Amino acid sequence: MTPTALNRAVQTRHHLVSARVENKAGVLLRVAGLFSRRGYNIISLAVAPTDDERFSRISIVVAVESNLLQQVIDQLDKLVNVVEISELDPGEANTAELLLVTVNAGIDTDAGLRGLAEATGAVVVEKTETQTMLRLVAEPALLDDFEQRLRSYQISELQRTGAVALPKLGGTS
Amino acid sequence: MVIRARWGQTAHKGEARGAMKLTGAQALIKSLEREGVEVVFGLPGGAILPVYDPIIDSSIRHILVRHEQGAGHAAEGYAQVTGRPGVAIVTSGPGATNIVTALADAYMDSVPIVVITGQVATSSIGTDAFQEVDTTGITASVTKHNWLVTDANDIARVVAEAFHVATTGRPGPVLIDFPKDVANATIDYVEPTVLDLPGYHPAGEPTPDEVTAAYALLRDARRPVLYVGGGVLKANAAHELARLVELTGIPVVTTLMARGAFPDSHELHLGMPGMHGNFAAVTALQHSDLLVSLGARFDDRVTGRVEDFATGARVIHVDIDRAELGKVRRADVPIAADCRLAISAMNAHLERAPLAPGPERIGEWLSRCKDWKTRFPYTYDGAGDRAPGGIGRIKPQFVVEELRRLTPRDTILVSGVGQHQMWAAQHWGFEEPRSWVNSGGLGTMGFAVPAALGAKVGHPEKMVWAVDGDGCFQMTAQELVTATAEQIPIKVAILNNAYLGMVRQWQHMFYEQRYSEVYLSADLPDYVLWAEAMGCVGIRVTDPKDVAAAIERANGINDRPVVIDFRTDAMEQVFPMVPSGASNDEILVHPSQADQPR
Ligand SMILES: Cc1ncc(C[n+]2csc(CCOP(=O)(O)OP(=O)(O)O)c2C)c(N)n1
Ligand SMILES: [Mg+2]
Repeated sequence: MTPTALNRAVQTRHHLVSARVENKAGVLLRVAGLFSRRGYNIISLAVAPTDDERFSRISIVVAVESNLLQQVIDQLDKLVNVVEISELDPGEANTAELLLVTVNAGIDTDAGLRGLAEATGAVVVEKTETQTMLRLVAEPALLDDFEQRLRSYQISELQRTGAVALPKLGGTS
Repeated sequence: MVIRARWGQTAHKGEARGAMKLTGAQALIKSLEREGVEVVFGLPGGAILPVYDPIIDSSIRHILVRHEQGAGHAAEGYAQVTGRPGVAIVTSGPGATNIVTALADAYMDSVPIVVITGQVATSSIGTDAFQEVDTTGITASVTKHNWLVTDANDIARVVAEAFHVATTGRPGPVLIDFPKDVANATIDYVEPTVLDLPGYHPAGEPTPDEVTAAYALLRDARRPVLYVGGGVLKANAAHELARLVELTGIPVVTTLMARGAFPDSHELHLGMPGMHGNFAAVTALQHSDLLVSLGARFDDRVTGRVEDFATGARVIHVDIDRAELGKVRRADVPIAADCRLAISAMNAHLERAPLAPGPERIGEWLSRCKDWKTRFPYTYDGAGDRAPGGIGRIKPQFVVEELRRLTPRDTILVSGVGQHQMWAAQHWGFEEPRSWVNSGGLGTMGFAVPAALGAKVGHPEKMVWAVDGDGCFQMTAQELVTATAEQIPIKVAILNNAYLGMVRQWQHMFYEQRYSEVYLSADLPDYVLWAEAMGCVGIRVTDPKDVAAAIERANGINDRPVVIDFRTDAMEQVFPMVPSGASNDEILVHPSQADQPR
């Protein structure tokens, strides 16, 4: 999917679902199963323990119509291991994602790459004369833009983590 | 709720009681005894061997089935008639996969069963060990929840959680996968005091606002219908439902899963809705202005084409499972609550603020419903005749009617899946809750024989009849061996039409009578010889005049199972019928009623 298409999709059909689940084997299978049986594609998925080690947080970005999403959320909520679940409205949540990329260009010799890193706030993780590894943490849409602007370079490897989010301070949810 | 009460007691006793040394297998059996389990259905094998040893010393009765699917359906039959969870124990690998159908069946019909599967030792899991399958993975989507026990110290707690989850909220099947080394480990057994289920919160009572909103719709409706589903039986709310009908005078329909929740003989009962439902029930739903859905789920077999279903109706939807609310049809008043508590709360409100009597308030609607009911009863050629049909052409509906006439009122009726199932649901005349056991949601051929066995174990004092198809019978008949060996005298009426009749009916109606792979033969197998080989009494009936005598003879046999091979009319079709995917308005009635104005 091209970044612009992705941007558009984020506004229209991409939803971020955030679930607090028990930190037990098989939970991810059950959660993913409820999406796959309907043929909904999971765009990204991030799982990590919370401050309470008994629980994990699963953040899922999924492409689905809003009215169908409520169905899936209700069914996810039914899973015995799902403790809490909510859809985070992009307008009322702070979202972040991490991107790591290796481009075939030396940052010391390539002014353009240097400029791009500075402009976006990307951090140099490692460099050689011919390759640079950059890290950027930002909203998914900004990562999309960053990815697009890197296109003029030869990308050796690129990896994104999937979005995570928390409700904005003082928000209703 | 019983479990909760028991929990309360053990919570303080548990600490005082000293730990005792047990193997994991002993702890499992002890935990089952503690849950009040009296009977389990199962079949042993390598991985579950350790569990079978303490069964010898246990108070629990073990019934050795001949196929694990039978264990699962038997547990379902037991659960459906008693309201208590059914339990099955099977081995790993093929034992586990054989019971998957029953799990799926129980999941669709919300039947509380607890299945325990053996598993290879924890150190071998994931190595393609002998008889290893990923049982929790395979069954994740057909269980309410499942557990893989990896530490023997967890056994008592997991069993308690499993029974709690299976029986509370929307009931359903659960599975405990039990590795062999965990069964062999020695532990200090301590009775569990806490359930560790932070994400499990079954719904309970409705809020006062919900009840008030429902009341307002009930009061203002002019064409209301109570659309009663299996949830009413599960919640043991038949009594409350009867009171609601008294207080509102609103006509009732009971779905395939709810037959018996309200007496068929009641004048306000319009019968069963759905694809093969009563014309009156189907049509009343279509024309209603208020659907009061109680523990029903707007199944596609009930709604027909959803966009055309009851288009003028507002909806009160009561279901203990929040995910059902709005799943198929938007509800004006969604109520996530236990049906019994919700109906009671509505009744209390109606007692405080009585509605005008039914005939005054909705009199015109009641007479329309009554008119549909009297003009479009279930019927068949020769109906009302004492012995319709000729030799070899017994009318299947007549057999069901004769069975009803000649058996005690509290007889439990179990059925397979197909035409015979629909005739059983239509022509039996249900008067009591939990007197009807069938496979509604999954439509599992082969359900009847093992489910009847389980039902009879649950209620040995009641007569249990299975109405089965010849096709269905061939799928699980081996459990009659179990029934004979364990002295469980069930009775089976095969409506032998020599066909996979329901499929034939669809080919007849929708595939230009091109009958593809539906012929079975009435004589192969020889059902009487087969029955006798399994230790049952086998009876063949070819002449309608002999139907009653055969049933009476079967009723008198109580020391072994009985199988009657009724040679029925293969041409018979199930009417009414709403063609698949059509609107309920397009309901096809019996040809003799086709000219009636609707
Ligand atoms: C396990 C299974 N396989 C296939 C079907 C599809 N099916 C539904 S009804 C039916 C025919 C059942 O035949 P029989 O038991 O003789 O009953 P009848 O319809 O003739 O009364 C079939 C094949 C099913 N429901 N279940
Ligand atoms: Mg048949």
